[in-house]
Amino acid sequence: MNFKLRLWRQANGNAKGNFQEVEAQGVSPDMSFLEMLDEVNNDFLREGKDAVAFESDCREGICGTCSLVINGLPHGPDRGTTACQLYMRKFKDGQTITVEPWRAKAFPVIKDLAVDRAAFDEIISVGGFISVKTGSAPDANGLPVPKRDADSAMDAAACIGCGACVAACPNASAMLFVAAKVSHLGHLPQGQPERQRRVVRMVSKMDELGFGNCSNRNECEAACPKEISVEHIARMNRDYGVSALLGTDRDRSEAGA
Amino acid sequence: MILDAKIPPGAIDKKWTDYRFNMKVVNPANKRKHKIIVVGTGLAGASAAASLAELGYNVHAFTFHDSPRRAHSIAAQGGINATKDYPNDGDSVRRLFYDTVKGGDFRAREANVHRLAEISNQIIDHCTALGVPFAREYGGLLDNRSFGGAQVSRTFYARGQTGQQLLLGAYQSLMRQVGAGQVKLHTRLEMLDLVTVDGVARGVIFRNLVTGELERHEADAVILATGGYGRAFYLSTNAAGSNVTAAWRAHKRGALFANPCFTQIHPTCVPVAGEHQSKLTLMSESLRNDGRVWVPRKAGDTRSPDQIPEAERRYFLEEKYPSFGNLVPRDVASRNAKQMCDEGLGVGESGLSVYLDFHDAIERVGEGKIREKYGNLFHMYEKITDENPYQVPMRIYPAVHYTMGGLWVDYNLMSTIPGLHVLGEANFSDHGANRLGASALMQGLADGYFIISQTIGNYLVSNALPKITTEHAAFADAERSVKARLDKLLGAKGGTPPAEFHKRLGKILWDDCGMARNEEGLKHALEEIPKIREEFWRGVSVTGSGQDFNLALEEAGRVADFLEFGELMALDALTRRESCGGHFREESQTSENEALRDDENFCHVAAWEHQGKNIASSALHKEPLTFENVHLTQRSYK
Repeated sequence: MNFKLRLWRQANGNAKGNFQEVEAQGVSPDMSFLEMLDEVNNDFLREGKDAVAFESDCREGICGTCSLVINGLPHGPDRGTTACQLYMRKFKDGQTITVEPWRAKAFPVIKDLAVDRAAFDEIISVGGFISVKTGSAPDANGLPVPKRDADSAMDAAACIGCGACVAACPNASAMLFVAAKVSHLGHLPQGQPERQRRVVRMVSKMDELGFGNCSNRNECEAACPKEISVEHIARMNRDYGVSALLGTDRDRSEAGA
Repeated sequence: MILDAKIPPGAIDKKWTDYRFNMKVVNPANKRKHKIIVVGTGLAGASAAASLAELGYNVHAFTFHDSPRRAHSIAAQGGINATKDYPNDGDSVRRLFYDTVKGGDFRAREANVHRLAEISNQIIDHCTALGVPFAREYGGLLDNRSFGGAQVSRTFYARGQTGQQLLLGAYQSLMRQVGAGQVKLHTRLEMLDLVTVDGVARGVIFRNLVTGELERHEADAVILATGGYGRAFYLSTNAAGSNVTAAWRAHKRGALFANPCFTQIHPTCVPVAGEHQSKLTLMSESLRNDGRVWVPRKAGDTRSPDQIPEAERRYFLEEKYPSFGNLVPRDVASRNAKQMCDEGLGVGESGLSVYLDFHDAIERVGEGKIREKYGNLFHMYEKITDENPYQVPMRIYPAVHYTMGGLWVDYNLMSTIPGLHVLGEANFSDHGANRLGASALMQGLADGYFIISQTIGNYLVSNALPKITTEHAAFADAERSVKARLDKLLGAKGGTPPAEFHKRLGKILWDDCGMARNEEGLKHALEEIPKIREEFWRGVSVTGSGQDFNLALEEAGRVADFLEFGELMALDALTRRESCGGHFREESQTSENEALRDDENFCHVAAWEHQGKNIASSALHKEPLTFENVHLTQRSYK
């Protein structure tokens, strides 16, 4: 198969970027999209040219490192699939393929197709956890969890933190990412003590870091390689509303309640 | 050099308890005065950083990824073992200990393995408390499944994403400590050298992968949790970025490398499709619970699998190993699949695969139940191969998956360099010559959450650690050598991408140091690898600048290290003239083609000491292994 690629090239976050046109020839339909890019880069290196920067690691759809907008869609046209698991057989021979980085204010470009997603870690660091010290846990079967709740928690916990939801959202909102964590931990009895504090802190950190608001376009769900449902956003909004009404533990202790 | 494993005295089931009491502890107020560097944020690194920070140490965690959540622990699918015995099927600490020692073909340390089995239950308790959504039964309690190499159900799992969920649990604990200011997190920093002062590990030189700057970091102790070296084979189930660099640089600074030839070839992977392939994908071996492995009885049978009648199928694992059947350990399953293909019975276009068939299981329990258990794996398989495994049998072939070898550590998880501790897959200690399924996650978390958090205190209290700064000459020296190497890579004016050298190395290792090894092949590898290395430094192409986000430079540096390390691997395999676990020397097999150990001559850990430039002259040190609790026997899974 042969393709015409339009690759986004940008020297660094402050530089102006542009598209570079490259022919990818003799591509096997069994290649993954990233393996196709590997070959393009190997050709660049053979010609003494600077390779195009793109990120990947596990190449089996679980680490969340790869982050390409392919023909306008985060992770490309295949639903429920990361770019590393997108195979060239899904494209038409001779097709033009445009490859861009995630575009969001909170994800600045590092170089070419690589962006900085440290903002996600920062959101987790203010509340995306259950506070348990190593060594202090009771027996794992001491606290039964209804299978339905455990399964729903797992549905939300499947998030790989890739950021496709942000890249797909017209407002560059991180609601699906945050909601997935809030919902994962909120579905479990272990997560209840910090439930209100968690949602308030994570949402305010998200706002502070420059992510946009949710306007219910559901583009995030459509782009999510793990097909995480927007229902989790509704759940998070409920939790947030309750917390706003009742105040978090901290508000209450500060108020002397 | 005498390798002292520092195994505590006493009965096997009392050693860890007594040892913990006898260790010195750091006064709570003094803990924050000790700075500890943790390199790597996978299961072992993240859990260590979080636990040490909870104790009050001043922890600096480093990852070369953009986020600590990316480490390849995340890709582990099947599960994590523990001896809870919730299913009431006779499991116990002693049984897990026994299975692991035997599964490792008697090349692991008894004391370490017993400690691992003891800690296994605490891990499940802790991870559950952290919110890891393990699979549950309708009554709300935890579910278990069975796994290769065991006859009890002791594996806890979170769908087919157990590694992901355990890593996210550890990552969240780590981020909690980052938020609390107890851990300073450094992302996109790659370790390029270890700094030793008077023979003691006191710091690390990192390269900032975005700006190219070299950074010096000093500490009272250094912890490496940098994973395994399976990518030496180029094609493996490891992540594209997994590498041996941190461990290899530590080795070159004096840390002994133990059993580098012990690599695990996993039986259930998606077969190779072509030359372009950048990695192989594992299908969790939990699939062997329900899938039946077979090949046609007749060589050259090109009928589609559904046209081959039952009588003309060879269920080779069930036939040969009636009591374990499809659940034999990984090394046994892999070798038998290879043997079938060598005999011309393999299926698929290349003839390099065997069937893993779910037809009977789907008939028995229904497609829905199978989808619930393995849906994500079936989905992944279909994406890669364009074949629907609910309708046609999967095709699988073994692939490099895990490395049991690693930096030598004592009972405290400290290497031969004082102050340098090594955790998880990066060390060698617990799996012997073959790791059992669902034991890697257990070991990584045992090391990180429960062992290093105890033993490092003893080290810090027992050793006078003079105050140093990064102005010390040892830092300048190490930085200079790192810079010289980077300049050399950037100055290489060849026209060949690093990946091509990596592929050549991988092919040699796979052919000569893979599932079956012999003297002739290993000698061939030892001749070829130095040649490729030489061609690499002459012919590699590294474009771009050193002061930039430069993936070609990163890759070239890692390939250069693999080209050195691969030679040590072949040397170790050549020296170990016995078969054990995943190390199958063709010269040493039973009449039934099973691995034949030579306990008289090889019941030891082979630990290699680097000697200057020449890898071929590395010095071999042996740590004898004694078995007082599990008797040395020829493994049998019949």
